[in-house]
Amino acid sequence: MSDPGAPPIEVRGLVKRYGSLEAVAGVDLTVQAGDVYGYLGPNGAGKTTSLRMMLGLIAPTAGSVRLFGRDPVASVHALKGVAGFVEAPMFYPYMSAEENLRLLAAYDGDGAAGRIAEALDTVELADRRRDKVGGYSHGMRQRLGIAAALIRAPRLMLLDEPATGLDPAGMRDMRRLVRRLADSGITVLLSSHLLYEVEELCNRVAIIRRGRIVHEGEIAALKRSAGTVYRLRTSDDALARVVCGEQPGIGTVRVVGGHLEFAADELAVAPLSAALVQAGALIHELTPQTATLEDLFFSLTEPEDEAEPVAGPPGAHGGPEPLAEPEPAGEL
Amino acid sequence: MRGVAIVYRWELAKLRHLKRTYLGLGMAVLVPVLFVIAVHIRHQHEHGGGPPFTDYVDRSGLAIPLIVLLFGAIWLFPLIAALVAGDIVAAEDHDGTLKTVLTRSLERWQLFLGKGLVAFTYACVATLLCGTVGVIAGSLQSGFHPLQSLSGTIVSAPRALMLVYVSMLVYLIPIAAIVCIGLLLSTITRNSAAAVVGTLMLSIISQLIGILPGLGSTQPYLISTQFNAWQGLLRTPIDTDPIVRAVWVSAIYAVISLGAAFIVFVRRDVAG
Repeated sequence: MSDPGAPPIEVRGLVKRYGSLEAVAGVDLTVQAGDVYGYLGPNGAGKTTSLRMMLGLIAPTAGSVRLFGRDPVASVHALKGVAGFVEAPMFYPYMSAEENLRLLAAYDGDGAAGRIAEALDTVELADRRRDKVGGYSHGMRQRLGIAAALIRAPRLMLLDEPATGLDPAGMRDMRRLVRRLADSGITVLLSSHLLYEVEELCNRVAIIRRGRIVHEGEIAALKRSAGTVYRLRTSDDALARVVCGEQPGIGTVRVVGGHLEFAADELAVAPLSAALVQAGALIHELTPQTATLEDLFFSLTEPEDEAEPVAGPPGAHGGPEPLAEPEPAGEL
Repeated sequence: MRGVAIVYRWELAKLRHLKRTYLGLGMAVLVPVLFVIAVHIRHQHEHGGGPPFTDYVDRSGLAIPLIVLLFGAIWLFPLIAALVAGDIVAAEDHDGTLKTVLTRSLERWQLFLGKGLVAFTYACVATLLCGTVGVIAGSLQSGFHPLQSLSGTIVSAPRALMLVYVSMLVYLIPIAAIVCIGLLLSTITRNSAAAVVGTLMLSIISQLIGILPGLGSTQPYLISTQFNAWQGLLRTPIDTDPIVRAVWVSAIYAVISLGAAFIVFVRRDVAG
């Protein structure tokens, strides 16, 4: 039975082992109604395996998935109100788009057949609906995958890298489409390794690395938790470095190109600027450099010795917890 | 069962798009026609001789479908049955469409039963088509005449026609078992070619075991032997023993194969 108060997705302690390989190693995440939730990770991190378990395609070794409070492994009825695809959406190439959708609508029931025309309109494939899918481009198949999801009138969509393999225009169109779906009130879980796509579309994010969630929460909070890196140029950078080292709340100072960089709390910067002037190091530039999701992603998913260091003493930096383990990251 | 009926209808619709559907049906039509052509040519260029069954064919065209059933057990009908049964799950797995349909609103058992029924329907249609073409082509060649039974008695043409069709129905018993074996291989190999060839190979190996010295005692229990059960209908009086044995021996093969395929299909991870 569906629990009306249950979140669209609730995953607890999810584990999937293939022999000695632990593809998913204890994932916990919660997607709330109305979220556009980014599921980020390098290739091989466990995103797609997690999604397969969420859609009931594979059974977890341990842990649980609940979609609106229902277990998708126990019964396909848990997928009521849920749609999406894992990896590329696949169709029968010898049948037309419309025929494929009619087949899927017949399997769905619940008035899905009556939504085919509207879904094809939404993904702008109405004029190609009688063409065989075998002749479709990759982008058209991706859009048909969205149409196949829409005929289920979903409240939750799980999309696995929907823009992968698309040309720039196709990627832009796909982002617009996902934005429109989210604006219409559909909760979206968007698995992706395209950081700008997640940053542009999502309000919350989970970052997975080697089968474990290394961060879950709002993107804005993630950025705030990373602290701010400041860029400093003065009339005497050697002197400025000494002054920075003596100031409380200022992280390790690095020389990057022709300027200095350090992590710091905002409250520590004003006393620093006064101290610099007093010491005779005239300030040419002192500007905050806001961390991008890409910076944070790499800091969380790459080994510490490969990541761009975000310097700073404990307390001054306040970086996201837990930090990535010093293990080799998968290919991005 | 409404879900099974929906899958059944759409699986049939999909079959209409596939070339292998027509390849199997084409073979089912071609083989009896080839037999008739061979008989016709023999009439023009030879006088007497030839294989023993040719005498039957000369006397009545109704012998043609029975000859086809006899020789078709070697590879034709097992291959036709395997063409769809071996492909129907594996192709979806290979093409990635299995995960598409498994994330809709039908349970896995409904999809499996729908697919299994379609595979058996195809084998039935191909067998009945082959027999019907044999009846028509044979009657055109040698006439719609009374048939000599295997006991030497003469059976009237209408009764012989009825026996031909009942023989085909009996023939469907081991074919159902072959379909189940094909479904099992299709489900566990996830490879159409391996499943189709594997099903045919198992059928041929069964025939081989039956003729190997020292293994003769296994013959009554081999699936290949059950393809001869229909011959009991052409004896006077009708010998039902081989038919009864065909039912339970084929049922054992079918239940074990279908049960294993069902469990694997319902429980397995779909990661492709």
